[in-house]
Amino acid sequence: MAKKITIEPVTRVEGHGKVTIHLDDNNQVVQSRLHIVEFRGFERFVQGRPYWEAPVLVQRLCGICPVSHHLAAAKALDVIVGAGTGDGLTPTGEKMRRLMHYGQMFQSHVLHFFHLASPDLLFGIDGDPALRNVIGIALQHKELAVQAVMMRKFGQEIIKATAGKKVHGTGAIPGGINKHLSQEEKDQFINGADPLNIDKMIEWSHGALEFFKGYHKANKDLIDKFAAFPSNHVSLVRKDGALDLYHGVLRGIDTDGKKVVDDIDYQDYLKYIDEEVRSWSYMKFPYIRSLGKKDGWYRVGPLARMNTADFIPTPLAQKEFEIFKAYTGGKPNGMSMHMHWARLIEILHSAEMMKELLNDPDLYSGELVTKGTKVKEGVGLLEAPRGTLFHHYRINDDDQIEMANLIVSTTNNNEAMNVAVNLAAKQFMNGQTEITEPMMNAVEVAIRAYDPCLSCATHALGKMPLEVKIVGKNDKVLDRKYKNDD
Amino acid sequence: MNKILITIDGKGYLVESDKTVLEVARENKIFIPTLCNLQGIKPQGSCRICTCMIDGRMMTACTTPVSNNMIVITKTEELDKLRSNIVELLFAEGNHFCPSCERSGNCELQALAYLYKIMVPEFDYIFPNRNVDATHPKIILDHNRCILCKRCIRRKKEAENPTWFVFKNRGDKVQINFDHELTADFDDEMAQKAMDTCPVGAIIRKEKGYDVPMGKRKYDKHPINCDCIKCKE
Repeated sequence: MAKKITIEPVTRVEGHGKVTIHLDDNNQVVQSRLHIVEFRGFERFVQGRPYWEAPVLVQRLCGICPVSHHLAAAKALDVIVGAGTGDGLTPTGEKMRRLMHYGQMFQSHVLHFFHLASPDLLFGIDGDPALRNVIGIALQHKELAVQAVMMRKFGQEIIKATAGKKVHGTGAIPGGINKHLSQEEKDQFINGADPLNIDKMIEWSHGALEFFKGYHKANKDLIDKFAAFPSNHVSLVRKDGALDLYHGVLRGIDTDGKKVVDDIDYQDYLKYIDEEVRSWSYMKFPYIRSLGKKDGWYRVGPLARMNTADFIPTPLAQKEFEIFKAYTGGKPNGMSMHMHWARLIEILHSAEMMKELLNDPDLYSGELVTKGTKVKEGVGLLEAPRGTLFHHYRINDDDQIEMANLIVSTTNNNEAMNVAVNLAAKQFMNGQTEITEPMMNAVEVAIRAYDPCLSCATHALGKMPLEVKIVGKNDKVLDRKYKNDD
Repeated sequence: MNKILITIDGKGYLVESDKTVLEVARENKIFIPTLCNLQGIKPQGSCRICTCMIDGRMMTACTTPVSNNMIVITKTEELDKLRSNIVELLFAEGNHFCPSCERSGNCELQALAYLYKIMVPEFDYIFPNRNVDATHPKIILDHNRCILCKRCIRRKKEAENPTWFVFKNRGDKVQINFDHELTADFDDEMAQKAMDTCPVGAIIRKEKGYDVPMGKRKYDKHPINCDCIKCKE
């Protein structure tokens, strides 16, 4: 009898989602879907608000990466207040925002790798669920757990120094920033007692990469073959092709690495990207227009950025980038689990960037804000930890927002996550008569690789219940199982 | 001026007889919370937040003149509960979303909510459907945040005529409104003055917000009843 398996909620991701897997009479997977079950409505309720509120208001989308929304909205409003796109700000304005962004990238990536993903690597996909979580890491890999906490703290302190507080600050305002960095803050970040100084952060970032590379060597099958598939990739790159997480032009490559979209001013993103709505998910499905709905879906995030960028403009990360690229002979890398590898390279890059910026005198003096001739519409893009983030606003004659369109990083990965779920489900469940907890976790591991932020940070620790329903053809529930059911 | 004796919180003060309890308290650096009161403008006692125990009765400190041998108690558990309820009712009656409000950190209502530790809702929130009037070139009226304290109206009425702001409508539909003709020549300074009279974020300047970083805002480090030397100056 055909079955439908529901994994709800998906754990160790930000936000809430569920997975349904349909099995046929022979227990073969016929369809798998990741459903995003939350409805947020930010695009609607921001309408009518004064435009300068947007960076502070929309960042409430998320508690993990609010800085990304804060800055993407501010970048869109830079255009509206006539301050140009990204490179039009004063040196202080742009560099303070960059520091905030790299602090955010650093702490968010650290959170994902150490707190959410590493339990699967250290304890195995089929490890004891009681241990396979951040508490298990703290109990059995104390040194790693301490690094995770302190690295995250460092990133959060950078955010606090630039945005005013660690979560949901107000630093970026249309046309610039509202503060300088103080010399005391600089001293703290550069010369602070171990481990809270930038050199230690770079050292630990390097250590985390070495740990992953060692793990990869010993677990090639899992890292290279699990949920691996070819796809298009999209990201911002600097005008000269360098990895740039704050500003650049839009670049998209196909499965062969051919540039299908390149050197695009993101103010024109709608000419190149469109979104499809499907009835079973609140999350839309973006695609590259020129490739069509069927073939135009793409991946964003660390893996995509490694695929689209030509080089990384910091020395240590560039060395790692070269090793990463050499692994696939320079061809686009479609291995979902390599997302972790790419993410760790970005952690190192972010740490290097923070060090460079902290030593830049523009952070400590200079004009904070610049403005020019106001226009009615603006688009702000940046590379958030999870991928390209689009914010688009239009205002009316009275300075109220009348239209907002947000394409959030995870939305860009929607189709890719569904493909990954399907592959994992087939790999682990095809032909199985009994569905076990490790099989379900395998599906979650595939989703987790993308570090999806399904809404704001509402994930729970430890014993989050996982419900599996086996449903007959007539939708009658035949069996029901709970993970962690006492 | 005749001096009379009053007792506030158990301590005697010789004060001028034409003062209100609130004025005397302020002169002597004794904290009594206020919202609708604006120094230098005739008090109206409408918000009731300054209610004190005066000669055994609950009375508003801003409108009660001092009298000889008056005994004032500014703080008791009962008074704090009353004030806390008043503050929360104001929150329940409007749409006060502090996280994205640009007056956050500079807002008197928010500062009082922190003072009285309003953490979880005690009353049902109404969430009224109110509009934002952004038609003026220099200021925005966000009716979601207005607590109808009338400070904007009273200030201008007393300082010089005609007024910039008036009430329109009646009952629960009442709203502040500005005269477009009289405020047509508003410059940035006048807009800032109008904004400064508002204890909340109902009157805000256009295209100017969040430019004071967190940590530097009025109530970021010092609560509204702070008795440090700087705050008492």
